[in-house]
Amino acid sequence: MGLLDGFAVTLRQIGKVVTTQYPEHKRPKPERFHGRHVLNRYEDGMEKCIGCELCAGVCPAQCIHVRGADNPPDAPVSPGERYGFVYEINYLRCIHCDLCVEACPTEAITESKLFEFSFTNRNDAIYTRDELLVADDGKPQQLPWEHWAEGDDKNTSGWMRATSPAGDPQYQDRPLWSGELGYGVRVAERGQAADTPAAPAAGDAPPSGDAH
Amino acid sequence: MSSALLAVGDPLFAEGVDLTVVLIVILKTLVTFAVLMVAVLFMVWYERKLVSDMQNRIGPNRAGPFGILQSLADGIKLFFKEDLLPERADKRVFRLAPYLSAVPAFLSFAIVPIGGTVTIAGHETNLQLADPPVGILFLLAMSGIAVYGVMLAGWSSGSKYPLLGSVRASAQMVSYEAALGLSIATVVLIAGSLSTQAIVADQAGAGPFGVLPAWNILRLGVVPFVIFVIAATAELNRPPFDLVEAEQELVGGFHTEYSSIRFALFFLAEFMNTVTMSAVIVTLFLGGPSGPDFGVLPSWLWPILWFTAKVLLFLSMYVWFRATLPRLRYDQLMDLGWKLLIPLALFWLLVIAAVRLDSGYALLAIPAGGLIWLLLSRSMAVSRARTTEKVH
Repeated sequence: MGLLDGFAVTLRQIGKVVTTQYPEHKRPKPERFHGRHVLNRYEDGMEKCIGCELCAGVCPAQCIHVRGADNPPDAPVSPGERYGFVYEINYLRCIHCDLCVEACPTEAITESKLFEFSFTNRNDAIYTRDELLVADDGKPQQLPWEHWAEGDDKNTSGWMRATSPAGDPQYQDRPLWSGELGYGVRVAERGQAADTPAAPAAGDAPPSGDAH
Repeated sequence: MSSALLAVGDPLFAEGVDLTVVLIVILKTLVTFAVLMVAVLFMVWYERKLVSDMQNRIGPNRAGPFGILQSLADGIKLFFKEDLLPERADKRVFRLAPYLSAVPAFLSFAIVPIGGTVTIAGHETNLQLADPPVGILFLLAMSGIAVYGVMLAGWSSGSKYPLLGSVRASAQMVSYEAALGLSIATVVLIAGSLSTQAIVADQAGAGPFGVLPAWNILRLGVVPFVIFVIAATAELNRPPFDLVEAEQELVGGFHTEYSSIRFALFFLAEFMNTVTMSAVIVTLFLGGPSGPDFGVLPSWLWPILWFTAKVLLFLSMYVWFRATLPRLRYDQLMDLGWKLLIPLALFWLLVIAAVRLDSGYALLAIPAGGLIWLLLSRSMAVSRARTTEKVH
C-alpha cells in the first residue's frame, strides 16, 4: 500500500515536537559552536594577530579586511615583527565557516558562541579590531546590541583544543598552543584517538606487510 | 407565485412573505456570513496547527491561547498593508477578480443545510440560508464563476507567473468539474431531487443491513464519494493538486501580484471553499446534519453538532492530504482527471441507473459499460505507447 503508507507516517508524527520555544527556551550550544569572532591576546596582554592576512585570504565570503603594519619599536602591539593594524569583519557577509580560525598561524582569531546580535545600521555590522579584541580579563567585549547568554564566552578556543595542531595524532590531548589572556594555557579536550585503534608509537618503522 | 415557488424549500415562506420573514432572512444571511467567517478563521488556524503537528513543529502559539487569534491578527495586518497595483495590470479586471473569487465562495455555502428546523418569532425555518429548487446545480454554477476569478486575476496581472498559474488553474478546474458533476449526478439520481434539503431528507432512516445509516456514501458504493473527494480537492486547488500556486515554480500562482486586502480576499475564498466543499461532501454523502439525538442538549442543537463534527472530519482530511502527498505533475493531473475519474464516474452513473431501474435488460448495461471502459482505457494505453515510441 505504497501510497497510503505516507498517511500513516504523517499521522504518527502528531505529538512529537522537535522544535523549541526559542526566546524562552534555548538549546545548549555545542562545544565548538561557530559564533561571533574574538581576537585573542597573549597572557602578557600582547595581541596575537601578526597581520598576515591569511584569514582574509581564506575567507570564502570575503568579509575580513586586514592590513598589517610594522610594530612601533618603542611600544610593540604584538610579539612579532608586524601586527594587525586594521582588522575588520563584516557580519552581514560572514557565514561562520571557521576557515579563518583554521588558517590563523598564531591562534589569534577564534569564535565565541554568540549568535544573537543584530544591528540597526550597516556600520554596526562591521566589527573593528577594537570591538573584536578580548578585554583585559581575557573575555570578549559585550557590545550593546549583542545578547550574551551564560557560557557564550567560554571556550572560545574550542576548535584549537580539539585537534592536534601538530597534525600528528600522537600529540592529541597535549596542549601545543600558547597561553591566553585570563586563562593561561587551556587544557586539551578529551582525545579522539582513544576511540580509534592504537596509532603506531612515534619513531616506529612504517607499517610493513602490504607496503611492498 | 414567487412565494409558492419559495415554499417548496423552506417552511418559512409557507404563509407568504411579510416584514418578519424578511427580517428573519436578513438575520439568517448575517448569521451564515458570520459562521462562515469564523469557520475560515478557525480553519486557517487549525490547518497551520495540524500541519505543524504532522511536521514535528509547534505552529502558531503567540496570539491568544494556543495561537487561536493568529488568523485574526494576520487578517488585521493584511488590512493595513499597502495595496499595490502593477503598472502593466488591466486595472479594472485586476480589482474585480478577487470579488469574483470570494463572492461565489460565500454564496455556495448558502445552499448547505447546517441543521434541522428552528422556530424564530413564530415562524418555522430551516437552518439553511437558501434552498433553491436548483439546489446542488447552484454549487456547480458558483464554482464555475470562481474559475473566472482565478483566471482573470492571473490574466489581468500583466505578469508571466500569474498567467501560467491561472492557465493551469482554469484547465484544472474545468477538467475536474466534469468528474465532480458526474458524481453529483449519482446522488441526484438516487435522491430524485436537486434540492439539498431533499438530498438530506432522502438519507434519513436506516440503510443497508438495517443498522448502517442510509447515507449516500454507503448506498452508492464508496466510488462516487471517493471521486467527489478527489475532484473537490482538485477543484479547491488544494494539495496535492495545488500546482496552480506551486510556490516552488510559480512564486504564488495567480495571486502573485496581489497584496493587502485583495490578496486576503483570495485567501479567504480559498479557505471558504474548503469549508464549503467539506460541508457539501457531508450534505451529499454523509447525511448532512443527521445523527443520533442523545438528549441532554436541546434537540435543535444535536444536528448542528453532528454537522460540525462531520465537517471537521473533512477539514482534517484536507490538512492530512496536504501534509502527506507530494504535488502531482501537470500531465499526471490531467491523466487522472480525464482518463480515470471521468470514465469511472460515468461507469458508476450507469451502474446506479441500471440498479435503480431494476430490470434484467438494464442490468446488462453494467457489463456492457465495463467492457466499453476497458476498451477505452486499453486504446488510451496503446495510443500512449505509440506516441512515446515515436518520441524515442
